[in-house]
Amino acid sequence: MTMMNRTKCLEILKRHIADEIVISSYSTASEWVEMSDRALNYYSHGAMGLGSSHGLGMALALPHKRVVVFDGDGSLLMNLGTLVTIAAAAPKNLVHLCFHNGTYEANGGHPLPKRDVDFCGMARSAGIKQVHLLDNMANFEQQIGGILKQEGPVFADIHVETGPITPRAYDDMYKPERRQKLREALKA
Amino acid sequence: MNAPTKAADTGGTLSGAKIIAAVKAAGVSHVLSVPDLHTAKGLLAPIAVDKELQLVRVCKEDETLGIAAGLLYGDKRSLILIQYTGFLYAINAIRGVACEQKLPIVMMIGLLGKEPGVAPKDSKRFGSRLIQPMLDTLGIDHHYIDLDEDVRLIEPAINKAHETSRPVAFVIGRRPV
Repeated sequence: MTMMNRTKCLEILKRHIADEIVISSYSTASEWVEMSDRALNYYSHGAMGLGSSHGLGMALALPHKRVVVFDGDGSLLMNLGTLVTIAAAAPKNLVHLCFHNGTYEANGGHPLPKRDVDFCGMARSAGIKQVHLLDNMANFEQQIGGILKQEGPVFADIHVETGPITPRAYDDMYKPERRQKLREALKA
Repeated sequence: MNAPTKAADTGGTLSGAKIIAAVKAAGVSHVLSVPDLHTAKGLLAPIAVDKELQLVRVCKEDETLGIAAGLLYGDKRSLILIQYTGFLYAINAIRGVACEQKLPIVMMIGLLGKEPGVAPKDSKRFGSRLIQPMLDTLGIDHHYIDLDEDVRLIEPAINKAHETSRPVAFVIGRRPV
């Protein structure tokens, strides 16, 4: 697999994210909170794999808002049925991005049972119409803005290198005050 | 937390229509479910054709915890309708999302295979005996719904869950009809 640098991908995403709700988890969340600490961020926790399910709930409840999920490959493997559930519910405002580095990075960097999983094939088989594979920076930079605006549900498999295995500031990310700020921002 | 003991089957019934009316009266707009044979005919089938309720069919029960939490950000009340086996499967998500985030997650848990008229704690079924003690351990308020007269507990319990931002569970003793 060709690999991109996740930090660079997130920097590009930051340029395109405006008033969308962004749901992130674990390693990607750790980088995103450092890069773009905003009220409309939600840090999925409590049970690994449920980021896309949180996103589906928000997308159904808030059809006027775009919801973008930054999932991980290990997380998605723990909740593969979510692709079928999302395809069936078919929210037009949900974009599901999977950062695919082949490891359980947040759990010590051990490999997935199989690194080169075909998530795009799974998403298509589940019934998601808008499916993208992004495995080089030129394509990512060119396409991501359009992908974020596509009618959902949208899925993209983003091939990235494994990031640094460093301590994560989970306590700060998961503070109830952050979830309260999101609620207030959504009511504003 | 109520867990009445019923020594013998009184021959009573549990109306699915009354349960649905109580859930709607509490402002529930979405039902999140994996089918449960215990409630499939009496609850899920009428919910599936009810124009006032949006049914989200999921693949595994733990998905419902994430979806229910997400719906709350748009002030949408939901009901998770699952079998006790699914409750056991989803325990980590229930702990992490409903309990630790102190969210008003509302669950309705069918005790498939429990003998009619027998209190869950007296059931010969290991799974039926487990659920109420596990809810106690999790610190989740729960109510035993076995007869029509128990349905009155549903609406105030859902409202209380939302007023106090705490999860609540309804344990369905006999098959709704």
